[in-house]
Amino acid sequence: MDFALQQLINGLTQGMVYALIALGYTMVYGIIELINFAHGEVFMVGAFAGLLAAGVMAASGAAGAAAGLPGILRFGAALLAAMAACGVLGLALERVAYRPLRRAPRLAPLITAIGASYFLQNAVMLALGSEQHPYPPLVADTAYVIGGARISLIQVLIVVIASGLMAGLTFFIGCTRPGRAMRACAQDREAAWLMGVNVDRIIAMTFVAGSVLAGAGGVLYGLRYGTVDFFMGYIVGIKAFTAAVLGGIGNVPGAMLGGLLLGVIEALGAGWGASEWKDVIAFGVLVAVLLVRPAGLLGRREAEKV
Amino acid sequence: MNLPRRGTLAAAAVLLLAAIPWLVPNEAILDVLTVAGLYVTLALSLNIIVGYAGLLNLGHAAFYAVGAYTYALLASPQHGIHLSPWLLFPLSGLTAGVAGFCLGLPVLRLGGDYLAIVTLGFGEILRITLNNLGKLTNGPNGVANVDHPSLFGRDFSVDVAPYFWLVWTLAVIVIIAMRRLEDSRIGRAWKAIREDELAAAAQGIPVTLLKLQAFALGAGIAGVCGACYAAKQGHVAPESFTFMESVTMLAMVVLGGLGTVAGPVLGAVTLSVLPYLLLGFETWRMLVFGAALVAMMLWRPQGLLGRRGGLAA
Repeated sequence: MDFALQQLINGLTQGMVYALIALGYTMVYGIIELINFAHGEVFMVGAFAGLLAAGVMAASGAAGAAAGLPGILRFGAALLAAMAACGVLGLALERVAYRPLRRAPRLAPLITAIGASYFLQNAVMLALGSEQHPYPPLVADTAYVIGGARISLIQVLIVVIASGLMAGLTFFIGCTRPGRAMRACAQDREAAWLMGVNVDRIIAMTFVAGSVLAGAGGVLYGLRYGTVDFFMGYIVGIKAFTAAVLGGIGNVPGAMLGGLLLGVIEALGAGWGASEWKDVIAFGVLVAVLLVRPAGLLGRREAEKV
Repeated sequence: MNLPRRGTLAAAAVLLLAAIPWLVPNEAILDVLTVAGLYVTLALSLNIIVGYAGLLNLGHAAFYAVGAYTYALLASPQHGIHLSPWLLFPLSGLTAGVAGFCLGLPVLRLGGDYLAIVTLGFGEILRITLNNLGKLTNGPNGVANVDHPSLFGRDFSVDVAPYFWLVWTLAVIVIIAMRRLEDSRIGRAWKAIREDELAAAAQGIPVTLLKLQAFALGAGIAGVCGACYAAKQGHVAPESFTFMESVTMLAMVVLGGLGTVAGPVLGAVTLSVLPYLLLGFETWRMLVFGAALVAMMLWRPQGLLGRRGGLAA
């Protein structure tokens, strides 16, 4: 039982990270029906931005300037730096690779996304090297024991920060003016445009919001696993996309649910001695769910317009 | 252009192609061109599924893998089985085609992007399974010492030229078949489904059956390519059939022009030769490749040889 609880906790924290990234896929898909294949790379860049920010702070700390800065503040600063960097990256990606193709055939932006993905991976590799980079321990290595299971401080932070960000996003989409415009665009872009919504700006905002969340996910992932490399965005990106589809792509609560489920399923599968099969389990569940509920768990099947 | 002149041109092109191994004495360049030929066929096979039938397939490398492993397992010391390579080329196509059919059966009722993610999932499941089945497939190390084919008493061995001819013969056959298929009853039905599934069904087109045919045919051709790859390399491993491989094939089709014959051919040759032209850039190669991919798509969103409008794939 303790073991199951432990795996459940590990799975939930991993799932939180998946959910953060899945939100970016699902929001962009909801609004322009595009699979943003470069999103995994945004996550990777976020992890590295956090790493560099921590490095800068450590260097200035050694010089004595910020030596007194407590760890948790440095963690917060690194997190914010990563989120900001990813926001800018998301904005740039949308401008360069997607906006010019808004009226192009549907698969064209898919290819620019793949090109951008190659570009970002190799840019990071050339700038920082292809080796595994150890992540600076910004968070103390303490752990709490709850009911026989061990939960580390970083896991607590993952749960707190991810839940906070998701709550913030839900509030933003549900209760603010730009959020309402976003929902309007997702429902019918042309009608929203006719109602005076600046559609281009809303789409850019969607990219930025998704990228900011992915940036936070990158730092949290780096702290949890201790190392990052330029290729990490690939598999985590696929997993997060899977999570988004599992929950029903285009559906924000669905992405959260899908992320959590995927994390738990993986952790439980790995826990029972099948760690090399955990990806097969994850994709197998996805295929099974789609066959029973083709629009995902929370997705609604839209009637075909004739 | 009238027909005889077109025929003459085509014959001249084929002759020129056949003479390349003598004209290009450099083995490395010939190898690049051989790989390009393999990708031409792969891109055309994916084009059947994505370009004609309009089904987004993100796991095409899986069918390629099925073909390669069929060949490798039945013609190597791995299990001590050594069937004739010339039997295995069609057999690999058959197994991959059956795999495509079996995958298509449950998933084809899923629309657009859901189909894409299921094919992606299938590709990953297959690759990881090949990686984990230690006894059957020798795990991540893959199957080594795969038999090379021989013809008229000449062993293909590790030369490049025979494989060049083998691969490009297949490519030319598939190109001709595609030209014939494009405007046939089946080809027109595929395009009708792609443009408007409901209208096609209303016209009496058996939509599911035709989608299954597209899937099985595309998968089968990819399977034959896989067998050629196994025969040429003499070694297959799961790492050759990643998601990136599927994505590369898709990029070739979209870059060249979906739903055309010349498009995927040009796209495949461009994307398989370009990385070698960029060798001078050393480590910057893949960075430039990514940027070039973006630039080419921005320049011609409908693909290099694609027609404007229409294709909603």
